[in-house]
Amino acid sequence: MPLVIGVPKETAAGEKRVATVPEVVEKLIKLGFAVAVQSGAGDAANFSDDAYRGAGAEVVDGAAALWAKADIVFKVRGPSAEEVGLVREGTTLISFIWPAQNSELMQQLAARKATVLAIDSLPRTLSRAQKMDALTSQAGVAGYRAVIEAANAFGRFFNGQITAAGKVPPAKVFIAGAGVAGLAAIGTAAGLGAIVRANDTRAEVADQVVSLGGEFVKVDYEEEGSGGGGYAKVMSEGFQQAQREMYAKQAKEVDIIVTTALIPGKPAPRLITAEMVKSMKPGSVIVDMAAEQGGNCELTEPGQAVVKHGVTIIGYTDLVGRLSRQSSTLYATNLFRLAEELCKTKDGTINVNMDDDAIRGLTVIKEGTITWPPPPPKQAATPPAAKPAAAAPAAKGGHGHGHGAGEPMAGSTLAIMFAVAAALFWLIGAYAPASFLGHFTVFVLACFIGYMVIWNVTPSLHTPLMSVTNAISSIIAIGALVQIAPPLVDGATGRPDELIRWLAVAGIGLTAINMFGGFAVTRRMLAMFRK
Amino acid sequence: MTSSLTTVAYLGATILFILSLGGLSNPETSRRGNLYGIIGMTIAVLATVLGPRVAAAGIPWIVAAMVAGGAIGLYAARTVQMTQMPELVAIMHSLVGLAACLVGFASYVDTSIQYTGAEKAIHEIEIYVGILIGAVTFSGSVIAFGKLSGRIGGKPLLLPARHWLNLAGLLVVLWYGREFVMAPSIEAGMTPLIVMTAIALLFGIHMVMAIGGADMPVVVSMLNSYSGWAAAATGFMLSNDLLIVTGALVGSSGAILSYIMCRAMNRNFISVIAGGFGTGGGAPAAKAGEQPAGEVSPVSAAETSELLREAKNVIIVPGYGMAVAQAQHTVFEITKHLREKGVNVRFGIHPVAGRMPGHMNVLLAEAKVPYDIVLEMDEINEDFPDTDVAMVIGANDIVNPAAQDDPTSPIAGMPVLEVWKAKTSIVMKRSMASGYAGVDNPLFYKENNRMLFGDAKKMLDEVLVALKA
Repeated sequence: MPLVIGVPKETAAGEKRVATVPEVVEKLIKLGFAVAVQSGAGDAANFSDDAYRGAGAEVVDGAAALWAKADIVFKVRGPSAEEVGLVREGTTLISFIWPAQNSELMQQLAARKATVLAIDSLPRTLSRAQKMDALTSQAGVAGYRAVIEAANAFGRFFNGQITAAGKVPPAKVFIAGAGVAGLAAIGTAAGLGAIVRANDTRAEVADQVVSLGGEFVKVDYEEEGSGGGGYAKVMSEGFQQAQREMYAKQAKEVDIIVTTALIPGKPAPRLITAEMVKSMKPGSVIVDMAAEQGGNCELTEPGQAVVKHGVTIIGYTDLVGRLSRQSSTLYATNLFRLAEELCKTKDGTINVNMDDDAIRGLTVIKEGTITWPPPPPKQAATPPAAKPAAAAPAAKGGHGHGHGAGEPMAGSTLAIMFAVAAALFWLIGAYAPASFLGHFTVFVLACFIGYMVIWNVTPSLHTPLMSVTNAISSIIAIGALVQIAPPLVDGATGRPDELIRWLAVAGIGLTAINMFGGFAVTRRMLAMFRK
Repeated sequence: MTSSLTTVAYLGATILFILSLGGLSNPETSRRGNLYGIIGMTIAVLATVLGPRVAAAGIPWIVAAMVAGGAIGLYAARTVQMTQMPELVAIMHSLVGLAACLVGFASYVDTSIQYTGAEKAIHEIEIYVGILIGAVTFSGSVIAFGKLSGRIGGKPLLLPARHWLNLAGLLVVLWYGREFVMAPSIEAGMTPLIVMTAIALLFGIHMVMAIGGADMPVVVSMLNSYSGWAAAATGFMLSNDLLIVTGALVGSSGAILSYIMCRAMNRNFISVIAGGFGTGGGAPAAKAGEQPAGEVSPVSAAETSELLREAKNVIIVPGYGMAVAQAQHTVFEITKHLREKGVNVRFGIHPVAGRMPGHMNVLLAEAKVPYDIVLEMDEINEDFPDTDVAMVIGANDIVNPAAQDDPTSPIAGMPVLEVWKAKTSIVMKRSMASGYAGVDNPLFYKENNRMLFGDAKKMLDEVLVALKA
């Protein structure tokens, strides 16, 4: 019995998107699912009920009937209070949730014993997860639209032209924040022919800015702004000061500013002050893409386009919805990719596999239990363990070899080793004289220091390491040095001075070869290592 | 200098040695690490010479010995070829071993310090153990030197009942150890000591003779470790903490390196020491019937350069063959040329490639290859599927897919560089002969693999000429 994927009409005010489109319905049916769409769900995005029917979906009247029918619900926005009431036990819901901001919604959904996959909680750094990354696909649409809105409000051409009626200079566009939305905006503005500059606190995105045809403007201050997971973090006061100066300078020069700066879980940083707006040329445009989180510009009015000091400030919060057909199609494809991951067997059933890093991150509620936040994802940096396929019978067994560097030993092995060490220590403690114990202590501790120090040595330096340790082992010369001519001691008779002297001289000569040769050759080798 | 001053100087030297080893942990700090070592050694030697244990009469002797030895050492360091590094390191280990023996004997016949009771017994055990380790290090290193420089064949020499021979040797050594400690006078103790030394020398020879060429990295680092333990034993013998600490540092560092090498071959330490790869050649013969299916497709140097020119991502996997052919400079020329053309060329180094730990890295560094494009196996293995051309230069076992696919293979479970996952792999080899492990390599018969037969240097020169044309 295949599961039914239900797609309700979005209820949030102004939301024009829909969670699946006819083209994707066909693909979902190929995966073995049945698809039910609420009548009128796609209207705002120009997808008619007939188009869904044509793709093989069943069109259902009314939200209640749809929710009752669906085993899996695809939505765009998180469910409203009424919709939560419609969630059946065992339903799987996939939509934007923002679990950090909506703890009440999370509690309600958990109480309904649903399984919830929050598309916004996808671990975005996994390259495998990129095809499911709805945040990226939607931000790209928003960035594009932001530039289109700016072009619409701006009274001039974007590209420079030399016409019979005179020379037109190209528009200068400044993009604050080069995330996905910012990069899409850079590409769009550059495509229209404008001179594009961009800035981001994360220095590593400079190359991406340049690759899209923009110019990266640096803040004159040294600080690294990556906050993990590809997001930005809050910067220090000194940095912010330098950043404000840079923005003030740009505001005077450019015609259009698009701001996209967001920090997860925090209000949007205030980048553009009223002063800066005043300093802009009349007819300039600011598009504030962070309007919903309070805005990057002081004068932004969320949801509105206003004119202040001769500058049009656009604070629309529905940039994505203004391109609903495009954004719905991309979102639907993201969800389809997710459905593929959930249904590897292609038989219309899903398996929420919590061992899969991507799925684990997405799943915020599993059968009524809140599983958010997820544990930090396993990094791919862990060396690929020796292939388990019957390959390593020698790795098992009582001996200590064959373990990975960070891999803890088996408990029993460790216990045996400790027991042996304890027995050994007891023997030494019981029989050895005190003077020996002093040296023994030093010896054991030095072994451990050696162990700790050497583990960090990079494999490329193993040869120099060996030659330097070899040189250092010529410390044995000390032994020969103290024998060569010790001060005379009373009562020491019959010491074969001559014999010892020759032995010692030979010893010193041999170790000197080692000492000088070893250090010199290490020096020679190390001088060759260069970047 | 008073004895307290000497002690503090020793402490300073110890710290400098630790910093020296720590400095070697990355290429940026490594030069400073070496400098710390030099300073530490200078302090230690000066403090000893000027200290209370050396009378003025000895100083001319010391200076003479130091100057002679130092001159030889500096000369060797200046003239040695980078491909000969393993030999140099091996022969230097033997010097430390020999010095440990000499110091041990001298200490035994030295009557200037008298011990009694348990202290005397412990002192004598220390001498005995010190000479034992020193002798094993000495003869083992000499044999390792012979094998690495090609003076002795690389094939493992396996005597019948060799484990029993070793065991018998150990028992004799233990027996004479008892005799030695019980000996009433120095003259009486000399016989057991000399017999033991002879057995230890034979044991060292036997041990290294039985180890195959591909296991040499383990042997070299193991001997490195032994030379450290010999110094530590000497330190116990002379009640000198500096020697103990330094010896222990070197000893544990060598032991860890051996362990890392063993892990890279998925073998345990005991089995490496107990006998070489491809035991007696019997196993490969038995497998000869099941030749890997498929055709070997040879290419010319011109075709190779064609493939390289069209590639975007290239990974070069060097092996001992590159060292033998002295091809590292040509490899760098090719790398430089391709990188100027915008090809992403990187190097993948297997931990046991070559004949000593880190051998390939030193050769590439000599050829001025920047170290940030030289990557470890774990760092680069995942990138092979995105690689257009993987070029294997004189390596075999470390790129053998049988290690993963064939559980009956002698190298099963050994981590290998997965070059066959690249779009095309090119293996440069002199012939179809198998590697040290004596295992046939299914890689050569894979559809996307090409063989470029010939001397690595000569072939690479031709590739370079074709590239520049």
